[in-house]
Amino acid sequence: MSIGRYLLRRALVALLLVFVVSSGTLLLTRLAPGDSATDAGLASDPAQRARLRGELGLDRPLGAQYLDWLAGALRFDLGWSVVFSRPVADLLSERALNTAVLASVALVGATAVGVPLGLYTGAHASGFGPGLVRTLSVVILSVPPLLGSLFFMLFAARTGWLPVGGMTSSVLADSGWMTWAIDLARHIPLPALALALPLAATLEQLQSQAIRESLREPFVRAAQARGLTFSQALRHHAWRVSLAPVLGLYGLMIGSLFSGSFAVEVVTGWPGLGRLMFDALRARDLYLVTGCAAAGACFIALGTLTADVMLVAADPRRRMGDLR
Amino acid sequence: MTRRAALFVLALAAIAVFAPALAPYDPATAHRGYLSAPPMPPRITDASGWRAPFIYPVVLADRLAQRYEEDRARTQPLPWYAADEVAPAFLIGADSFGRDLLSRLLFGARATIGLSLAATLVALLLGTLIGGLAGYRGGWIDEAAMRLADFVMVLPIIYVVLVLRALLPLVLPASVIFTLMTVIFALVGWPFVARGVRGIVSGERTRDYVVAARSLGAAGPRIFVRHLLPACAGYLMAQATLLLPAFILAEATLSYVGLGFPESVPTWGTMLVESADVNVMTRFPWMLAPAVAIFFVVLSANVILRSGKIERSLT
Repeated sequence: MSIGRYLLRRALVALLLVFVVSSGTLLLTRLAPGDSATDAGLASDPAQRARLRGELGLDRPLGAQYLDWLAGALRFDLGWSVVFSRPVADLLSERALNTAVLASVALVGATAVGVPLGLYTGAHASGFGPGLVRTLSVVILSVPPLLGSLFFMLFAARTGWLPVGGMTSSVLADSGWMTWAIDLARHIPLPALALALPLAATLEQLQSQAIRESLREPFVRAAQARGLTFSQALRHHAWRVSLAPVLGLYGLMIGSLFSGSFAVEVVTGWPGLGRLMFDALRARDLYLVTGCAAAGACFIALGTLTADVMLVAADPRRRMGDLR
Repeated sequence: MTRRAALFVLALAAIAVFAPALAPYDPATAHRGYLSAPPMPPRITDASGWRAPFIYPVVLADRLAQRYEEDRARTQPLPWYAADEVAPAFLIGADSFGRDLLSRLLFGARATIGLSLAATLVALLLGTLIGGLAGYRGGWIDEAAMRLADFVMVLPIIYVVLVLRALLPLVLPASVIFTLMTVIFALVGWPFVARGVRGIVSGERTRDYVVAARSLGAAGPRIFVRHLLPACAGYLMAQATLLLPAFILAEATLSYVGLGFPESVPTWGTMLVESADVNVMTRFPWMLAPAVAIFFVVLSANVILRSGKIERSLT
């Protein structure tokens, strides 16, 4: 199979994921007892409820409603949010951006710290430095985002070094682009750290294990027998091979990044997709729940797709027809 | 590693069973004069030298600010040894209702760890069955089961759990919530088990000892239980060590956001709800006690896992 066809197939699978997740959420939420007319607290008497249901299409048969939603979704019209009284698509693009900012800062930071440290601990089996990094990594891995954000909130509130919670200070609402950016830069470290630290520790452990395994490969020893120094063999041969298992896990890590991001968003009040999903679920805001699930699935699909592309780029064996 | 993992699971089970027996107070009793009282750590020395473990009781210094001061003039034995009628002794503090945090933590361990153990058990069973069937039979069953597992694995687990939980009525009896959360957790946890079991079983299936058993007339289920399952034991223990802390964390997250156990049931998650208010958390940091407890459970799991081959963390 050629690379093109392989990637095309992966892209189709990704599209299918988005379709299945959003349809499943819509149908499940619709079939479950209760809807936004009863749970959102917007309508008190039966007449009002009936009117609200009519406006939202909740009184129509499930199949017809689903087809309508699907037709709208193809034109990026994802319906109307009852809780926020805004189109779902607008809300999503706003909140998804916030989550994307948080998640990408965390992912880039975790990679920048975790992968080099993993190379370090993987290449040096013993010694004080690697031992220290390994110990720290186990401890940090044990502070999942929920706990991390709670601990960091306490730290921030006690020291006053960082703003506690939120994404921007409301006082600075419209005082120019520069102030806004600085304000954001002050708010982002706390949630990003809570999200990134366990991720960095995971990456360190994976990279460490991968490099240890690839150092045992015959061609690495052959390279050293040819006269390459250990560090040359490490950089030019072992590292390249160890990339594949690490990159392969990025696809899966997107999922845990999302779960972690939910906890962080709820604890620190970061206005992202996770919080939106939570608010939507509590009010049974049908179209918003579905939209959030679809956006989440999109993120994951994009993440796994990127991981696939990087895998092909990193491992030459995958370009030689060894694709599955 | 397998032995240590088994010990870890057993230790957690022991905590779930016995912890409440160690609680000094009833977890639901609210001590009126001690709202958000600070920890009264056990001591073994005072001005006059060494003595049996004791605490200094606290007295309310400022009712509005809920500030307490240690009363150094009086001492009091630890709560387990105290006669009745003395002031309560909160070793790690009290919550905003004046309930003993230590007792709630110990009772919470039963709910939280019990739920995680149950969910882990169901996930292991489900994963072993599906993975074993896929690996042993191969063909379209294998293909379908693994596609499904892959699909569930890439989903953002917390979102799925949230949707599934939110679909059901919010207010339910605690026992129903326990069962419900067990099922939901097991539903998202099984693929991680099934993938590995499938790999092991499909690798072992063609080995001589399995072929020999089959040629002697052993039926599929017997081969699976007697010969293939033991081959998976180490992997299953490692998975249990991974899933348990993940489920403990999931309970905490769900209860923290109000979709788990009701506030009346002490669990590590419902206890964390107190820390949702930054002001409360800053002034009474002992409300984070369940977070520290979770940290230690996750830490012990990670130490055990680090001694073996690393699998992906679920959290």
